[in-house]
Amino acid sequence: MIHAAPVIILLPLVGFLVLTFGGRRLGDPSAGWLGTLAVTGSFVASIVTFLGLRSLAPHARSVVQTYYSWVPVGGLKVNISALLDPLSLAMVLFVTGVSSLIHLYSISYMKGDPQFRKFFVYLNLFVFSMIVLVMAGNFLFTFVGWEGVGTCSYLLVGFWFDRETAATAAKKAFVVNRIGDFGFLLAMFLIFAHTGSLDYHGVFAHLGSVSRGTATAIALLLLFGAVGKSAQLPLYVWLPDAMEGPTPVSALIHAATMVTAGVYLMVRVNPILALSPNSLTVIAILGVATAFYAATVACAQNDIKRVLAYSTMSQLGYMFLGVGSAAYGAAIFHMISHAFFKALLFLAAGSVIHAMNDEQNMKKMGGLRKYLPITSTTFFIAWLSISGVPPFNGFWSKDDILGAAYHKSPVLYVVGAATVLLTAYYMTRQVVLVFTGQARWVENRPGVEGAHAASGGHAAPVASGGHGGSAAGEPGGGHAGPPHEGPWIMTLPLIVLAGASVLGGLIDLPFGKVKFLDTWLSPVASGAGDLATESASLRIALLLVTLALAGAGILIGSRLWGVRIDRPALEPELLKRSYYADDISSAVLTGGGGMVSRALSVVVDNGIIDGAVNGVGHLARAGGGVVRRAQTGYVRNYALGIAVGTVLILGFMLVRAS
Amino acid sequence: MTLSGNWYLALAAVLFSIGAVGLLIRRNVLVMFMCVELMLNAVNLTFVTFSKMLDDINGQSLVFFVLVVAAAEVVVGLGIIVSIFRRRPNATADDLNMLKG
Repeated sequence: MIHAAPVIILLPLVGFLVLTFGGRRLGDPSAGWLGTLAVTGSFVASIVTFLGLRSLAPHARSVVQTYYSWVPVGGLKVNISALLDPLSLAMVLFVTGVSSLIHLYSISYMKGDPQFRKFFVYLNLFVFSMIVLVMAGNFLFTFVGWEGVGTCSYLLVGFWFDRETAATAAKKAFVVNRIGDFGFLLAMFLIFAHTGSLDYHGVFAHLGSVSRGTATAIALLLLFGAVGKSAQLPLYVWLPDAMEGPTPVSALIHAATMVTAGVYLMVRVNPILALSPNSLTVIAILGVATAFYAATVACAQNDIKRVLAYSTMSQLGYMFLGVGSAAYGAAIFHMISHAFFKALLFLAAGSVIHAMNDEQNMKKMGGLRKYLPITSTTFFIAWLSISGVPPFNGFWSKDDILGAAYHKSPVLYVVGAATVLLTAYYMTRQVVLVFTGQARWVENRPGVEGAHAASGGHAAPVASGGHGGSAAGEPGGGHAGPPHEGPWIMTLPLIVLAGASVLGGLIDLPFGKVKFLDTWLSPVASGAGDLATESASLRIALLLVTLALAGAGILIGSRLWGVRIDRPALEPELLKRSYYADDISSAVLTGGGGMVSRALSVVVDNGIIDGAVNGVGHLARAGGGVVRRAQTGYVRNYALGIAVGTVLILGFMLVRAS
Repeated sequence: MTLSGNWYLALAAVLFSIGAVGLLIRRNVLVMFMCVELMLNAVNLTFVTFSKMLDDINGQSLVFFVLVVAAAEVVVGLGIIVSIFRRRPNATADDLNMLKG
């Protein structure tokens, strides 16, 4: 079999190392090009490997490549190994593909940033970690990628660390992820204790001896890890704050890497989930609850990126719903669809933010369709896709998941369908606020419609647009003239992703033999949900219901927000602040938790722990004080002691002898 | 005339007691040192007596060891005593209580 697995993994690492040590010599734009080239090369290698794997028979498509014996300790043998199977290849293909586009886009987006080179260093490391995560052949090596992704998210969310909010958001992302990692670690301990292996193949071969309770415990602990990484309830709080990072980072975290890791892990361990139907139900409920919760919050956000952040959370909820319904193929399908349209949404949002001189409040935008034709067209495609309008890919993948959810329980379907309505509504609200209606940015903008240069950094009055290629990074800013599109390296990724969003549905159409992705994944991940055979009429009915709901959402959104942008009744404070989740957690953790900690510090720390240590000291001191009197310093006393002792011992021996 | 072994043993016991009591009650370091010697030689006498009585040469050979060790001890002990008297005249054992706990 022809494959290029080491190339896939190593190219981003090489890019990272070269940029770290030689980035200064390369200079600004070429460092970005090098980083892009590394990831694109990795993508090409993935395609080669994919074709190689395809040439094998379906049941033989699971190849382990071992490179190095990492931890050979007693019964524990962990290798640096890559697992090439349909699941890892499907993941790595879209991860590297979407990442290449985001890299390309970043070259222009980050232009002029003083930390330009460092950005690509982190970006390459991020992609490398993600590839390790999805291609690793055992849990421990996956965990390395898992941690690497967490670290890179910290570095990238806090990329503009001189902003207080960015630094805080980075810390939050790291800490919350760390809580989830704890679950992953415990799950690994349990897995090793019960199967004696950490290799995916080894573990799945020994599942026969694992009891149902143990399987449930492992599944729930892994779920806990996945919840942290994939921003599900209740560990989602880091995701909206992660918007403090540069927009390409948001695209990378939300579309291709990081948040998909949790879903990937759940699909990867599907043989364990199969042993524990209860954990599947937990996953499904958690997923659908997150989807609904995040969708409601997204309805009241005004920041263009925060809407997308909550929408990511909501879509990830769908993926968990798919996993929980044992429809692994559908979950992966939606993950890939989501990667396309969410990357597109973020990159287009970045383009908008760029054009608006770093303004992120949607209420201050409007009417941009005229100025940003490419951005708006591609954004519209992504909007229709995420809303679930055919023939775009989001429609097919979402329908796939909802069908499986109906098979599991109609209640799950109802909540999921309600979320479809909300999704269509908030996305329409965003589109309407940003791209249509009145241009509400004119008064702040010099050089447009006769206004003079009055504000905006080093802005110079430029009569008309059309100076493509002079885009500045976010902290720079300050263009005069009407908003305009970025250079081709910013618009090309948008167009490619839009094409993928239009055609992406083709990889898994729900008609008999054309379910390519399900067929491809079936050797490693085929659950009851994927094989569910509802009658055709029922499926079509469900499909029409969701379609009608999506249409209703779009209609309501455009009717309400097209007319008036100020509707406080529809944006209650409760939703704006995401149900006061942050306030509650800080009240509980710093208020209640702080009180408990202070009480514990007085009682336990001062009283018991310090008490024990000091007590030992006091005891030794008091005992010494008593005993030291025997040490008089007079030779005669010692001599007397020896004499008396000798006499006593002799007396004792005489008594015993007689 | 020949004395029975018991007389020798009695003499040794008396000598040992004199030495022990002297060590306990005298304050002069030099005298205390001589008392130690007295006790050692009382033990030597006992060894020789028993060796003769039991017709066993081991007792006498052990005496040589004791003499050798005693000689070495005298060297060290006298050295210490001389250095003490160099520093302070008229030192008694009770004056040397710096190692009090």
